[in-house]
Amino acid sequence: MRGSIIIILFFVVGVFCSFYKLFPTWILDSDLSLYALWALMFCVGISVGADTKALTNIRYIRKGYIILPLITIIGTLLGSALVSPFLPKYTLSECMAVGSGFGYYSLSSIFITQYKGAELGTIALISNIIREITTLLFTPVLVYSFGKLAPISCGGATTMDTTLPIISRYSGKEFAVVAIFHGVTVDLTVPFLVTFFATR
Amino acid sequence: MFTVILLMLSGAFLGYIFRNQGIQKIHKLITPLIWLLLFLLGISVGNNEAIMKGMGTIGIDAFIITFGAMSVSVLGAWGLYLFLHKFKSSKRQK
Repeated sequence: MRGSIIIILFFVVGVFCSFYKLFPTWILDSDLSLYALWALMFCVGISVGADTKALTNIRYIRKGYIILPLITIIGTLLGSALVSPFLPKYTLSECMAVGSGFGYYSLSSIFITQYKGAELGTIALISNIIREITTLLFTPVLVYSFGKLAPISCGGATTMDTTLPIISRYSGKEFAVVAIFHGVTVDLTVPFLVTFFATR
Repeated sequence: MFTVILLMLSGAFLGYIFRNQGIQKIHKLITPLIWLLLFLLGISVGNNEAIMKGMGTIGIDAFIITFGAMSVSVLGAWGLYLFLHKFKSSKRQK
């Protein structure tokens, strides 16, 4: 819980600083966040490799958890379909197209903007950013309430890069392997599912 | 994407080789890096006028879709976790 609050603070302070121009925005044009992400991935790799318990656990994890990407995809599409009656402005397939971003906001919003226009594209952008941010912020709570697989499903396509460190930290290093497998699989379905639902 | 996976794999390789030289302490670097990336994400959101203005009406619609999508998949993941957990423990008893 304390972990989530500290992360929220860093994010909120970032928004505040940027919105009130208290922080130079040239930093966004630099590749700092890319290098920070790379450093993070490298550190996560080292901590996974150094933990031989995590390595020997891989073969036990793979058997049952291999269907997790399928559960994420079905759950996400079903969930997006279930809320569509509350959004009369958009059709069932439009809601499912937005959901099919699985947190991969850059790609899904570009696709949806192309097929459905800027408004639904913006919704896709915000919706999938919310998915990534929610996973980053609430992973400790999700693990506590719904088990160690919950943040992986919640993270969707982001669990192989941006949300991997936090999942590895709170679900355990042995779940990093599940998260990477899950992220790569879901990530590959994004262009196909978004195109399928956006062109219906 | 390939850079990231390559970095992970080379890190895992180095971590495995030097696992007995106290390299595990590197995990203390992970948390501050998460903070830095979240701060930078905040900077980019605050700097994006379209996102800040859209947080009103469009934001609510986006939130509703995200909420539906995430809650059903989280419930599915919870079900799988409980199922495998029970399955594993009953198998061990035999």
